[in-house]
Amino acid sequence: MYVAVKGGERAILNSYALLGEVRRGDPALPELSLEQIREQLRLAVDRVMCEGSVYDPELAALAIKQAAGDLVEAIFLLRAYRATLPRLGYTLPLDTAHMRLWRRVSATFKDLPGGQLLGSTYDYTQRLLDFSLAAAGEAPVAAQAAPAAAEAVPRVVDLLGDEGLIEAHVPAAGDPEPRDLTREPLTFPAERAVRLQNLARGDEGFLLAMGYSTQRGYSHSHPFAGEIRHGLAEVEIEPEELGFAISIGDLELTECQMVNQFAGSKTQPPQFTRGYGLAFGASERKAMAMSLVDRALRAGELGEAAESPAQMQEFVLSHSDSLEASGFVQHLKLPHYVDFQAELELVRRMRAGLQAAGEEEERAA
Amino acid sequence: MNPTDLPAAVERDANFNFGYLDERTKRMIRRAILKAVAIPGYQVPFGSREMPLPYGWGTGGIQVTASVIGPQDVLKVIDQGADDTVNAVSIRRFFQRTTGVAVTERTVEATLIQTRHRIPETPLAEGQVIVYQVPVPEPLQRLEPRETETRRMHGLAEYGLMHVKLYEDIARYGHVATTYDYPVMVDGRYLMAPSPIPKFDNPKLHMNPALQLFGAGREKRIYAVPPWTSVESLAFEDHPFEVQRWSQPCALCGSTQSFLDEVIVDDRGGRMFVCSDTDWCRQRRPADA
Repeated sequence: MYVAVKGGERAILNSYALLGEVRRGDPALPELSLEQIREQLRLAVDRVMCEGSVYDPELAALAIKQAAGDLVEAIFLLRAYRATLPRLGYTLPLDTAHMRLWRRVSATFKDLPGGQLLGSTYDYTQRLLDFSLAAAGEAPVAAQAAPAAAEAVPRVVDLLGDEGLIEAHVPAAGDPEPRDLTREPLTFPAERAVRLQNLARGDEGFLLAMGYSTQRGYSHSHPFAGEIRHGLAEVEIEPEELGFAISIGDLELTECQMVNQFAGSKTQPPQFTRGYGLAFGASERKAMAMSLVDRALRAGELGEAAESPAQMQEFVLSHSDSLEASGFVQHLKLPHYVDFQAELELVRRMRAGLQAAGEEEERAA
Repeated sequence: MNPTDLPAAVERDANFNFGYLDERTKRMIRRAILKAVAIPGYQVPFGSREMPLPYGWGTGGIQVTASVIGPQDVLKVIDQGADDTVNAVSIRRFFQRTTGVAVTERTVEATLIQTRHRIPETPLAEGQVIVYQVPVPEPLQRLEPRETETRRMHGLAEYGLMHVKLYEDIARYGHVATTYDYPVMVDGRYLMAPSPIPKFDNPKLHMNPALQLFGAGREKRIYAVPPWTSVESLAFEDHPFEVQRWSQPCALCGSTQSFLDEVIVDDRGGRMFVCSDTDWCRQRRPADA
């Protein structure tokens, strides 16, 4: 007799248990600790914090462990956790010019105040599998590990700005409170502050592809990596009852300032324009892709025709979120018996109609 | 159902707020619901939260349910008309865990029904609330993906695009080729996506005594059809709206008025048709079946 989908609840409970077992893998091997994930998979932790919109390496490590290394799933776990947290207040704007830098490179100037600082990067490694890592070797020791002193290293864009060569970005009159995308829905057209929030949470792969498309003729913006810096920025809040700012800790950040061409207009002399990217941790690919997309999305404001996908706000901002995309793509595996039945009935009816028409034609012939 | 198949009781988990969402979020959602009720069929943007279930799996419906549910409510959750499909089970467990409310599979016993893709066959009554999970709230999205454009069309009640689409169907196939999520006009003003219910269910939307709430979590929209509101399926005078019909009754209960699912029973073309609404089907069968 017809049993169909009965027993769904038991199946779900059993799948929980199976999932736990599969996640753990061979129990003869030692279990991963959160400290190990945080310390040894730190770039994964950074990505999960960034797209999960929570700066908490411990929780990100937990999410990665729980998700068995599926970073999009880990991001989902962290977002679901943060959704009901209260919002206690705002920080003051981060001063990235005063970051304590681990890395700082500029592709626009050979040398500049503060110098170039290569830091830890995969950029110039030769991508040869290092078999010594397969056998646990001794921990390598860096020549200089600690962050550089907290002296201000001027940002390239500020150096260009002193000469008026790059557009100035001053907050709008009255410095209005930016909308909070985690509390208010995205509406169009979205102002830049909202767009940047969206991109900061956006899926790295999606932004990478979108940014890449601007380099291949879909809205070329002549980008130069003015500066990429990675280090620690101090977070300050100004409690109302105090009336002055206090530091509450440091955030590890990667900032990318992309410098783009702009021919000028009737009212503006030719000058460079900016694209901006900011990400938690060491997330250079993300910050760079974000800055390309940010610049592309400024098409309207700069009087450029929005003809390519990366320039279209609705296209980019509505599809950048990995939770939304992953959820909706994968919802296709949910039952659709009813809709499919409705379509089956329609297709059969249309085929019957065609067949009847064909037979009629034959008779007439 | 065989008694041994009865699901294990789910304990209320006191670590979570009642209905999972914090009270401020619930208040924000209730405000959106009130606005939606005041403007039937209008899509109200709301600050949709990331829920512990994936977007696209009912997070809009879950947020709406979480915002209106109270300790005295009796909850029914269905997917494809059935209480026992995996996603319905998962959502019901979520609310049992976060609210501890009583649950039921009987449509008549429920005060609150969350549904995906069906309206129960048993007519709803005044005082009941039905919450639809909505994947795509914008009925015009497949014709015009830009929301800036569709909002303008709604503002001007300019729905020519949809009429042209239906007309083109008729010109090409001789009938409208939309079988689910069939567009409706609410209270003579707003074009609305009824969610992917089969058009078979569309007539039930009209002048329904229950409060009908629609939640789209991923798209961050809530809309509503208040009790006793006119809901008209789009049609033309010479091509009136029609619903699906089957040439045979339900193989289990013999119903001729319900939406039937096709079940393939062997690999030689054998198939049977059974009610998609499992509660309706069970109520109509003898107790020992």
